[in-house]
Amino acid sequence: MTTPSVTQPAAVAVPHDPERDLLRVENLRVAFGEPGAEQEVVHGVSFSLAPGECLAIVGESGSGKSVSARTLVGLTGGRSRVQADRLELDGESLLEMSDRRWRSIRGRKVGFILQDALVSLDQLRPVGKEIDEALRLHDWGGRPARRRRVRELLELVGVPEPEVRAKQRPYELSGGLRQRALIASAIAMDPQLIIADEPTTALDMTVQAQVLEQLEAAKRRGKALILISHDLAVVSKLADTVAVMAGGQILEYAPAERLFARPEHAYTRALIEAIPSADSRGRRLSPAQRRAPLGAVERRPESDGPVLSASELVKRFRGPDGVDRTVVDDVSFSLGQGETLGIVGESGSGKTTTARLALALLDPDGGEVSLAGEAWSGLPERSRRQRRREISVIYQDPLSSFDPRWSVEQILLDALGEEYAGAAAKRARAVELLELVGLEQEHLKRRPLQLSGGQRQRVAIARALAPQPQVIVCDEPVSALDVSIQAQVLDLLADLQKELGVSYLFISHDLGVIHHISDRVLVMCDGKVVEQGSADDVLVRPRHPYTQKLVASLPALERPAPPTEPLREVAA
Amino acid sequence: MSSLASPPNPTALGRQPSQPLLWLRRLRPGVALAGALVAFLLLATLVPALLTGKDPYAVDLSATLQAPSLEHIMGTDQSGRDLYARVIYGARESLLIGLGATALSMALAIALGVAAGLGNRWVDGIVSRGLEVMFAFPVLLLALLFVAVFGPSAATEILAVGIGTAPGYARMVRGQVLAVRDSGYVEAARALGHPYGSIVRRHIFPNAMRPLVVMFTLGVGQSIVWASGIAFLGLGVPPPAPEWGALLNAGRPYVTQAWWLEVMPGLVIVLFSLSLTTLGRHIQQRLEGGISR
Repeated sequence: MTTPSVTQPAAVAVPHDPERDLLRVENLRVAFGEPGAEQEVVHGVSFSLAPGECLAIVGESGSGKSVSARTLVGLTGGRSRVQADRLELDGESLLEMSDRRWRSIRGRKVGFILQDALVSLDQLRPVGKEIDEALRLHDWGGRPARRRRVRELLELVGVPEPEVRAKQRPYELSGGLRQRALIASAIAMDPQLIIADEPTTALDMTVQAQVLEQLEAAKRRGKALILISHDLAVVSKLADTVAVMAGGQILEYAPAERLFARPEHAYTRALIEAIPSADSRGRRLSPAQRRAPLGAVERRPESDGPVLSASELVKRFRGPDGVDRTVVDDVSFSLGQGETLGIVGESGSGKTTTARLALALLDPDGGEVSLAGEAWSGLPERSRRQRRREISVIYQDPLSSFDPRWSVEQILLDALGEEYAGAAAKRARAVELLELVGLEQEHLKRRPLQLSGGQRQRVAIARALAPQPQVIVCDEPVSALDVSIQAQVLDLLADLQKELGVSYLFISHDLGVIHHISDRVLVMCDGKVVEQGSADDVLVRPRHPYTQKLVASLPALERPAPPTEPLREVAA
Repeated sequence: MSSLASPPNPTALGRQPSQPLLWLRRLRPGVALAGALVAFLLLATLVPALLTGKDPYAVDLSATLQAPSLEHIMGTDQSGRDLYARVIYGARESLLIGLGATALSMALAIALGVAAGLGNRWVDGIVSRGLEVMFAFPVLLLALLFVAVFGPSAATEILAVGIGTAPGYARMVRGQVLAVRDSGYVEAARALGHPYGSIVRRHIFPNAMRPLVVMFTLGVGQSIVWASGIAFLGLGVPPPAPEWGALLNAGRPYVTQAWWLEVMPGLVIVLFSLSLTTLGRHIQQRLEGGISR
């Protein structure tokens, strides 16, 4: 999946009636920087959209998808230059507009929904006021009329008890209610076009389903919808047309059914292939070939008993109100050698606390953990220290798990044990570890800040491998990564398991990722294990109502028939 | 894909190939001026005779209270001593007090802040409450106290300013230590099985101290202003030593006839601490720029 070459396919194979178009964009170019030293980030994209339709713009970070959409609300920021042959909304050109004109367009003609309602809503203002403000800005109605409208809007987006909720502040609402309030304020003036920029990325699976439902409802009411996402599965439900962007260009622009059934561009195909799911188990997600296994790899000797097991774990934390909360409640599991146990659950379900208990970074209030058949929890730290090399950890955000002053070399040397005598031997081992995770010697001197997100996570994996552990606890290790990078990292983890026989305790909120990588799955909700079993049993034939709800909320992607020709690499 | 995962180009990080004196040309004029002034005054502390041919103690009763002229560029005082020479010779004492007070203040702050940040709830509680009490205690009152006990001298000024300004830094150190203590990399080091003592030494201490480097530069300027204030009240170095604050104090009775006795040393104090602050901010931006990118 190389960044695609510059030749843009003569796209626009979408049959449509130009007379109906609400939005017409032709040859849109956006550049940033001082005049003279500008850098173009969007290189001539074209699309159009009719009322009641949804266009999904899909791409990875840096593809230019957000910038392209922001030109429609005049929010590309200072020092940006927007050019286009045509940039028309409802027959009116959006080029060269004054700030004043933009303000009359935003909210009234175009509603803009951002990723995180907690950031985009004023924390100190009741959500009802926020929505009221959207109306007042455009001199809509008198006070009583606006009050009725706010209530109406909150009902429209499915907020229960709108009178009560309108008086609450964003932090008093759950993530789903918050995001719905944000949608309500964006559609307050009944704009013809709604732009949603990653509207569900920060949300839990079940909440994501609710939010998508609201967007779909808006579409049914005849609104035009632009949905921006990095996640093809999310848009597959809603989109009529999909534009796949990379490197500031649209690579494929096609009706959704056609695009998902028969993706034409290799990049699109690779993107679809990269999505982990039940069907992708045992298959490689990234087009990159598996690198040849290294020669001398110390595989763990086979053992029978579980390498890590937990029985009846309980952990309580005291909340700010002085009341104890049971965060982990009667959790038991066991992890065999070379096995992957997935823990899935929504935020606040106790996944991460379970991970910290397994790592003995926390001691349980009840129950016990044993590592390689010996007691592990509740011991004095002194006696645990030597055995810590048996279990290591990979975090979601690798950057914050590295000392900012250290280079990759220092990070790896620090993680090596005493068995490597002398600086040369240690360095050789550090290089070996880098090669194991698909990096090279030249990366030793870099600092994590000079690496890309995927490379950082590879360094984190190398560090986790350094002590030659039996178990690696992976706490949301791919959640912050782009789909294609996620695919590479998941492939790497699978390769390493095959080569080294290491076991993973793999935590994620993403059912697709969990189903792809896990042998067995544990579903957590409110600190309790609600279901446990083999991945297919739990995720294909869920028995517990909560698991059923989770599985139902997973946006399933209609997969294309296997390509007749093998996936080919795009020339760089 | 390979290009999606490729690291930022080092030259894109703002690191130009080094050319001699290129960095000098890229300095903003304010920073360059500040640097020049600080360099000038540092030279004054080391070899004052290089910057003035006059003796700061030489009394000339035929030339008392003369306005600034080519002969005496900052004028003369009531005993006919050259004010410029006194400012130049006074730089050493003033800078010594500024550095000493800041060093003392930082040392106290690190000790208290680290104890509060790493200690248990009791230690933290006691230190934090103690700091709050010290916050409520005016530095000048503290200076009076010390002068009453030890008599007026440079050492007294260092003690008073050092102790008086420590609580602010201590609070900052405590916050830094807490932030680093709960950081991902400290947990990662624990998970690797490193002993706590070595984690404190290798991760917590250096990372928590990083902002202090800049605070020190800013602090020296602040301390000099504080010390001048104390000396102005007559609680500092006794006359006829040419310390800057003492110069201000000595000129006070003549302010209606000889404005330069107040304005000139005052201007030097203001410009010097302004320069240090400018340099400190510059270093801060450079360091943070290098780290956050």
